[in-house]
Amino acid sequence: MNSIEEISGFIKDCAERQRTIGIKGSSSKAFWVSPVADEALDMTHYQGIIDYEPSELVMTVKAGTSLLEVMNTLDKEGQVLPFEPPVFNHAGTIGGMVASGLSGPRRAYAGSLRDYVLGVRLIDGLGQDLHFGGRVIKNVAGFDVSRLMAGALGSLGVISEVSLKVMPKPQYEKTISLTMSESQAIHTMNELASKPYPLSATSYAQGELRIRLSGAEVAVKSAHAEIGGELLEDAEPWWQSIRNQSASCFDSQKPLWRLSVKSTAKPLGLSGQCLIEWGGALRWINSEHTPSQIFKVAEEARGHAQLFRKGNPNKPLSSPLSAALIPIHQRLKNNFDPKGIFNPGLPGNF
Amino acid sequence: MDRNHLVSLLSQCLPRESILTETEDVKPFETDGLSAYKQLPWIVVLPTEESQVQAILKVCHQHHIPVVARGSGTGLSGGALPVENGVLLSLSKFTKILSIDALSRTAVVQPGVRNLAVSEAAAPLGLYYAPDPSSQIACSIGGNVAENSGGVHCLKYGLTVHNLLKVRAVSMEGEVLELGSEALDAAGYDLMALITGSEGLLGVVTEVTVKLLPKPQLAQAILAAFDDVEKASAAVANIIAAGIIPAGLEMMDGPATRAAEAFVHANYPVDAEAVLICESDGTPEEVADEMTRMKAILEASGALELRYSQDEAQRLKFWAGRKAAFPAVGRLSPDYYCIDGTIPRKTLGYVLKRIYELGREYNLEVANVFHAGDGNLHPLILFDAAKEGEFERTEAYAGKILELCVEVGGTITGEHGVGVEKINQMCSQFDSPTLSCFHGVKASFDQEGLLNPGKLIPSLHRCAEHGRMHVHHNQMSHSHLPRF
Repeated sequence: MNSIEEISGFIKDCAERQRTIGIKGSSSKAFWVSPVADEALDMTHYQGIIDYEPSELVMTVKAGTSLLEVMNTLDKEGQVLPFEPPVFNHAGTIGGMVASGLSGPRRAYAGSLRDYVLGVRLIDGLGQDLHFGGRVIKNVAGFDVSRLMAGALGSLGVISEVSLKVMPKPQYEKTISLTMSESQAIHTMNELASKPYPLSATSYAQGELRIRLSGAEVAVKSAHAEIGGELLEDAEPWWQSIRNQSASCFDSQKPLWRLSVKSTAKPLGLSGQCLIEWGGALRWINSEHTPSQIFKVAEEARGHAQLFRKGNPNKPLSSPLSAALIPIHQRLKNNFDPKGIFNPGLPGNF
Repeated sequence: MDRNHLVSLLSQCLPRESILTETEDVKPFETDGLSAYKQLPWIVVLPTEESQVQAILKVCHQHHIPVVARGSGTGLSGGALPVENGVLLSLSKFTKILSIDALSRTAVVQPGVRNLAVSEAAAPLGLYYAPDPSSQIACSIGGNVAENSGGVHCLKYGLTVHNLLKVRAVSMEGEVLELGSEALDAAGYDLMALITGSEGLLGVVTEVTVKLLPKPQLAQAILAAFDDVEKASAAVANIIAAGIIPAGLEMMDGPATRAAEAFVHANYPVDAEAVLICESDGTPEEVADEMTRMKAILEASGALELRYSQDEAQRLKFWAGRKAAFPAVGRLSPDYYCIDGTIPRKTLGYVLKRIYELGREYNLEVANVFHAGDGNLHPLILFDAAKEGEFERTEAYAGKILELCVEVGGTITGEHGVGVEKINQMCSQFDSPTLSCFHGVKASFDQEGLLNPGKLIPSLHRCAEHGRMHVHHNQMSHSHLPRF
């Protein structure tokens, strides 16, 4: 389907016949989320960049557009998606990127995907074509429904077009490496972030803390001189392997858990830790502990957990919501999708 | 319901002396920063504890009494305007900074804490709270959450929504909601983003966890004068196209510059038709590098004159005129009316031309200040409320300017909010299915519609009556223009 009219007509028809719809991009994240539905709505034909003027720092793009295409177009103008969205299996669409809400290594320093969403065109569960937000950086007209779509896993409607704020590519980048224990590394990541260094990513795995510095060459060099550590030549593949989860520990036989916690939370004490990133705020664990054990650990670390790989993608598992929030989630779902046809079972925690 | 009866019920929620009903006591709450709108509150309550807020809301919910929450009352769109036969819930006694954690760079504050007080408290740690609305000496954090406040540094450092981790709020039913978390994201829908900028329609904010940033070691500013606003706009685009995100990037047109100079004597070039203030911050090395690059671009873009702040005092002087632009314009005229539209930067030349043309049509003077970095335009219309019909003419002119912002692909409010002021223009910006969806979002939190009713989202009935119902896209004027 390559027009709003067609997509909207299809949704109206499904709503009338009470047929559920699985919204489909490139399925690059199907290992994590893959709803079971009566019908599939393939969005990959609704694609193309609608508007992009580099000096406006805004790109408007149809949801089925390939993420790699968007990244290449930005790259030619010296710009990037600063939240470094993961590109799984060399695929992914812009709609899927927004619906998943995932951000990559630079998230702790440049903000999340949600922070860069300026506007969303959405087709709701009655096939209505709705417009939220806009193409400007500052906009407080109406509720910020655009950002609500980030991470909603398509449960509130079909994202058809998105406007994103984009940023210039850093001029210069270097990665340094320090060897230390996990608790030292967590402390160091937080301590560095409280100083005005041009940090753009941090990771800790197998005793090695890696710190990426991005910005003006002079600033990167002086930060390196102050922080110390060994300069890593050609560190880009490392950051790519985290961003795109091609590093080997993301492909374990055990379930992979994503624990989003307070950055200063002490080591979680779970075996099978794959990686710490986001300045300590994101921890990936390969673990066969029960979900309730993992959720408890995440809660104690002031955060939440999601089962990311080796779970059941038909019904993704994540920390339960507080009782007060469940009815609000249910009513929001019902507002956008009154017949309950979109992505059944998602997001899965209410 | 009888007021005395409600007062007796509320007396069970908080001390009687924290409930105000006498005219002289409630009068200070009749308006916010937009003083053109006034409504004497029926009852004002001044709770000091979250549990009191819960109890007050439960009583009001049970008896279908509307509630308006209020912070410092500095809002510029009438968002805290009381409603008739409603309770005005002031958070002005929630003034504690509960904790500041240097290592995690967060502060937990009550909603009545002033914006600037957070940065002042964090300063000994080398940290600060980035959003800096011009009213920051007075405006409260709770109000900032309600309005998603910006400031002059938000191109680089973001709006309120980008600088929050967690919000505690009480729903109309009296339930405590925890939105967001101490981690960088939370389970479920992103309700923290949704409540930010919701103008008090979804819940009453009782506690906010904000992010703190390391204070940049150095900030330096360039003042650039141009003989033409188009050239100044092009300079802004050129800076950004060169990959620079300045800490601040502000423009004033000729009338605004002259008004500011007459007021604060910042030594602005008064013969310029546009003045840009470009600020760079960071390490000394970063600043030096960025200043050199900006200088070259400004010169190539046709700046007539460039001045560099040599020290902190001079930098603050550059800003003094800009930050005082509103009162400076206020000196020229008995009254002024401030507008808050956002436009794609590239349309600035066209939009200013139309604003001046419309000004001649309505026979009103206008001065423009512009957060050029993020496209947020503040035309200030000069008028005299004492002259018959002049306020009405000003409102009509302002409405035209906002519609112009929508026409070029922008929005009717960048940072001041819709409140009651721009409720009719919401009908121009959004079509009826989208407005209905907003009402559904509201009802998801507040089923009876008791929290701050009549603000932010117009009823469809109102839009139809006002004759501004958004026309379907393809039949709209300027249908060639991209818009959302």
